[in-house]
Amino acid sequence: MATSESRRSFMGVAFGTVAAVGGVFSLVAMKKTWDPLPSVKAAGFTTVDLSGMQAGELRTIEWRKKPIFILKKDASMAKDPKRDVVVDNAAYTVVIGLCTHLGCIPAYHPSEQIFKCACHGGEFDTSGKNIFGPPPRPLDIPPFKIEGTKLVLGEEGPEYKKMTKEA
Amino acid sequence: MAHIRKANGLIDWLDQRLAVHKLFDVLMVKYWIPKQINFLWAMGVILTTLFAVLFVTGLLLVMYYKPDTALAFDSVNKTIMQEVDYGWLWRHMHGVAASVIFLIIYIHMFTGIYYGSYKRGREMIWVSGMLLFVVFSAEAFSGYMLPWGQMSYWAAQVITNLFGGIPFIGPELVIWIRGDYAVSDPTLTRFFMLHVCLLPIVIISIIAFHFYSLRIPHVNNEISEELDFDLEAEKYMAGDTRNSKVIPFWPGFLSKDFMYICLFMIFFFYLVCFKFEFAMDPINFDPADALKTPPHIYPEWYFLWSYEVLRGFFFDIGGIKAFNIGLAAFGIAQVIFFLLPWLDRSEVVKPAHERPLFFIWFWILLIDMIVLTIYGKLPPTGVNAWVGFYASIVFLLLLLVILPIITIMERKGAK
Repeated sequence: MATSESRRSFMGVAFGTVAAVGGVFSLVAMKKTWDPLPSVKAAGFTTVDLSGMQAGELRTIEWRKKPIFILKKDASMAKDPKRDVVVDNAAYTVVIGLCTHLGCIPAYHPSEQIFKCACHGGEFDTSGKNIFGPPPRPLDIPPFKIEGTKLVLGEEGPEYKKMTKEA
Repeated sequence: MAHIRKANGLIDWLDQRLAVHKLFDVLMVKYWIPKQINFLWAMGVILTTLFAVLFVTGLLLVMYYKPDTALAFDSVNKTIMQEVDYGWLWRHMHGVAASVIFLIIYIHMFTGIYYGSYKRGREMIWVSGMLLFVVFSAEAFSGYMLPWGQMSYWAAQVITNLFGGIPFIGPELVIWIRGDYAVSDPTLTRFFMLHVCLLPIVIISIIAFHFYSLRIPHVNNEISEELDFDLEAEKYMAGDTRNSKVIPFWPGFLSKDFMYICLFMIFFFYLVCFKFEFAMDPINFDPADALKTPPHIYPEWYFLWSYEVLRGFFFDIGGIKAFNIGLAAFGIAQVIFFLLPWLDRSEVVKPAHERPLFFIWFWILLIDMIVLTIYGKLPPTGVNAWVGFYASIVFLLLLLVILPIITIMERKGAK
């Protein structure tokens, strides 16, 4: 009798192992099914020519389905050597225009010189730093590369690498 | 096999094969309900009715809805609303029922809290009910997104972003849930699957479980009297229906419920026909635009209280980021009601008006949640932000600190 008991428990363990291995593989497959598709991941680079911008002008462009704010600082706006993107001797604020709280798009109020997110009242200054409300950190800076007067978004240039190393 | 004889009719034929008489007894005729209950106990049957309305109207809508970011908006606002015969009716019924079902759920929940229906022996009724509330919230949110209007889009953007607050895996998790770097087509199609397939199946199973969980401890009553259901049922079946404290679910209790359903349906169709716009946000009639946030975004009314708890903490406290405090408070608000049977550790099962401190606690909680709901809709600036902050604090204190203290005091007082 003892033999048959051990055979039964062997069958039980063997079946359990096969089922567990199958379960793990199907969980991996299910996880990957929800991952972004290759066509989504291969989102391209976006090139912006900054040469036509006026001082104090804000431009919003789209990169990887996200809004990017490009603000050319004028004399009244404080410089921020750690966050400013310098192209052709002019300082620009280049940030992903999504509030770092929950991802709404803050609106720019030129008279107050702040970015204000209506959703939860978060405010950012002209360098994109959070100055009021729940946002936990400044607006994120997208990976960029400077080519003359052009800005290439999506590629990590030396200026971007230097910036992230300092931060 | 059972002994099968020639049937004398359809019911008898079915009875021999499916024991329909026995089944009907177990489910309806010998399921005992206390006599001393008021209209608040009819909410369960009203909820079942509303769910049936949502299910049927949903089937009709899904025949014309197209889960594709390029087509979704027009399939709802043009095809269903203008071309499909009575499409507008199904949409308004679906939208209004989705909103009103939360009103009834809240009444149902607060009835349970008031009469202590979550305590001693009835914990599983309460927990399965709260589980239903959470899955209904997911169902409502995934459905809200489908018309692909501006509010739908930004609601999806904000809610999926919440998962970004989870330590370590947050940002990757958000992309995984969305299937893209931003809310877009893969997000819409997977939420469509959740709304019309997976979540309804889950809801139906939990409803079945919620009903089953009532069968052993039985329904509570208005004076929280502990009844011997077997004894009372025997009295009833022996013919002493007057002195028995229970009635059968069918036909006794349901006949009363049917009256309340009729009254409720008058209210419901008044809303569907004349006041449907309260469930249809005007901003959602603008197509989704990923590059423009509406100036003021807010969830539907039934999520406002927890939304206000989320944003109530707007400044850093003791070096902890406001964002993380808000997120933690929001997380607590989502699960705290599950723990009610264990936060209220008093063994007295009595309605709130016979527990003086608990009575005060109950009404402060209700008022606080109404305040949170109102301020959740207002812009979070100036004094509004502070009201939201204090109301959020009060909410957390009431459930986490004051309720356990009250029940400990009650226990000591009783001895």
